[in-house]
Amino acid sequence: MPAPSPLEPAVEITGLVMRYGDTVAVDGLSMRVERGSITAVLGPNGAGKTTTLETCEGFRRPQAGSVRVLGLDPVRQRRDLLPRIGVMLQSGGAWSGIRAEEMLRHVAALHAHPVPVGLLVERLGLDECGRTPYRRLSGGQQQRLGLAMALVGRPELVFVDEPTAGMDPAARRTTWDLLTELRGAGVTIVLTTHYLEEAERLADQVHVVDHGRVIASGSPFELTRSRGRATIRLVVTEPFPESAPESLRRALGEDTEVTQINQQSLLVTGPADASTLAKVSAWCEEQGVLPESLTLAQRTLEDVFLQLTGRELSP
Amino acid sequence: MSGPVSAFTPAPGAAPLSRQVRVQTATECRLLVRNGEQLLLAVVIPVLALVGGVLGARSLGLDLSREPVDVLTPGVLALAVMSTSFTSLAIATGFERRYGLLKRLGASPLPRVGLLLGKIGALLVVQTGQFVVIGAVALGLGWSPDPGPFGLPLTVAGVLLGTAAFASLGLALAGTLRAEATLAAANLVYLLLLMGGGVVLPRSSYGAAGDVLQVLPSAALGDVMRAALVDGSADLSGLLVLLVWAAVGSVLAGRYFRWE
Repeated sequence: MPAPSPLEPAVEITGLVMRYGDTVAVDGLSMRVERGSITAVLGPNGAGKTTTLETCEGFRRPQAGSVRVLGLDPVRQRRDLLPRIGVMLQSGGAWSGIRAEEMLRHVAALHAHPVPVGLLVERLGLDECGRTPYRRLSGGQQQRLGLAMALVGRPELVFVDEPTAGMDPAARRTTWDLLTELRGAGVTIVLTTHYLEEAERLADQVHVVDHGRVIASGSPFELTRSRGRATIRLVVTEPFPESAPESLRRALGEDTEVTQINQQSLLVTGPADASTLAKVSAWCEEQGVLPESLTLAQRTLEDVFLQLTGRELSP
Repeated sequence: MSGPVSAFTPAPGAAPLSRQVRVQTATECRLLVRNGEQLLLAVVIPVLALVGGVLGARSLGLDLSREPVDVLTPGVLALAVMSTSFTSLAIATGFERRYGLLKRLGASPLPRVGLLLGKIGALLVVQTGQFVVIGAVALGLGWSPDPGPFGLPLTVAGVLLGTAAFASLGLALAGTLRAEATLAAANLVYLLLLMGGGVVLPRSSYGAAGDVLQVLPSAALGDVMRAALVDGSADLSGLLVLLVWAAVGSVLAGRYFRWE
């Protein structure tokens, strides 16, 4: 077995395919995770995120393609890999009658150099769980315990599956701070999420996944940057008629993309010239709609995601 | 790795297997003792069976060759092994699977053999506790075992083989059925074997059915314990039956047990 070089990526997935019966969960997915970074795997429910993560953790054997984690095969070299990674499951993961701190102490004792349990209990507010058995903890409390169990072994690499699902806003911010601190300490983090804000605020690298494939990759900045194109956000006072996106696209010409964000707002991406803004304004007057706001804006990841998956839904 | 040294600076590694097994055993024991229903199964029912059997032996018309307490106590000890190694283990493991504990531990440095050793350790610790309580009650009722020089090692051999047989069957059950179904099935099997499995009462009291019963692991463990503690003799056919059940159970558990 060759010694893993520190330059090897933390995770390298090439052409991964996973099927359950007739359902294709992962369809030729490839991605690379550099060490010391926070990588977000962003996608809707059912996009194949959890299956991909569980393949990295050695729970599932790739049906096609290859997966290397810290240079190791997660199935064949699982015993070498497991002590080096931290895993947060999407749900569950304790005895039904155990107390939160007791469970964390148990997992800590399975590792050689664990993080002091008291520190994690305090940082993640687990002391509030007291003597309550696991099965009666709230969803957010179970999530925080799950995160603590993933971190307690001082891993090089952590996989966290939907870390803040079910958490209240304060706990979500605590979790983001903690993950950022981990990166500062040299830990590589791979997280799945369907919260765009989470990916945008936390991740160095984002892989947008839909239908089991990576459809876009880059830093949040790269993904949202417009490259010589203007992005205009139009919000109106009354809901648009159904034909509005098509009519606006016709008014603006070939090279323009119009995405409906909700009933009262549209996103326009087109050539970065002053006339685009003027044309949108003229279209509003012609249609008799009253703009509430008309802004030249940086695209958000949400816009990117909408445009990407929107294109796929209407080819 | 760069960055300041913090409590989270990577320092991965597994604890030594011996420590992992010890921790696993300790946690499982602590949770079992905390669980009222499990305690009922482990201590209260066997003690009631012993006291009820001794007090009611005459009115039930049991024809025992010796003092009732001397015949019944080894059978109740066998019952205790069955309740812990089969019923408690199956139910607990079923819910461990349901709550994702087995998956969680499957992603930790604890290897499967460590999990298994931890469970066996917990079974033996709990069974030791059961023997102390049941033995004390029996002595209070006038139990006078006659194990001779071989009775004790034969008892230990019976308990270990019985634990292996019942635990592997319990794991096969818990690995196949849903948690609720495991709960129901494990309790039902326990009740049936308690009533008609030749475990507490010697097979001779079942009339003609006694010969058929000897292939059951419950009767085999009861026979081994009675022979060892009543007059210090070895029930070789009982030990053989337990060995076969342990082998069958291990194959079934190995094939059908699912960690998720």
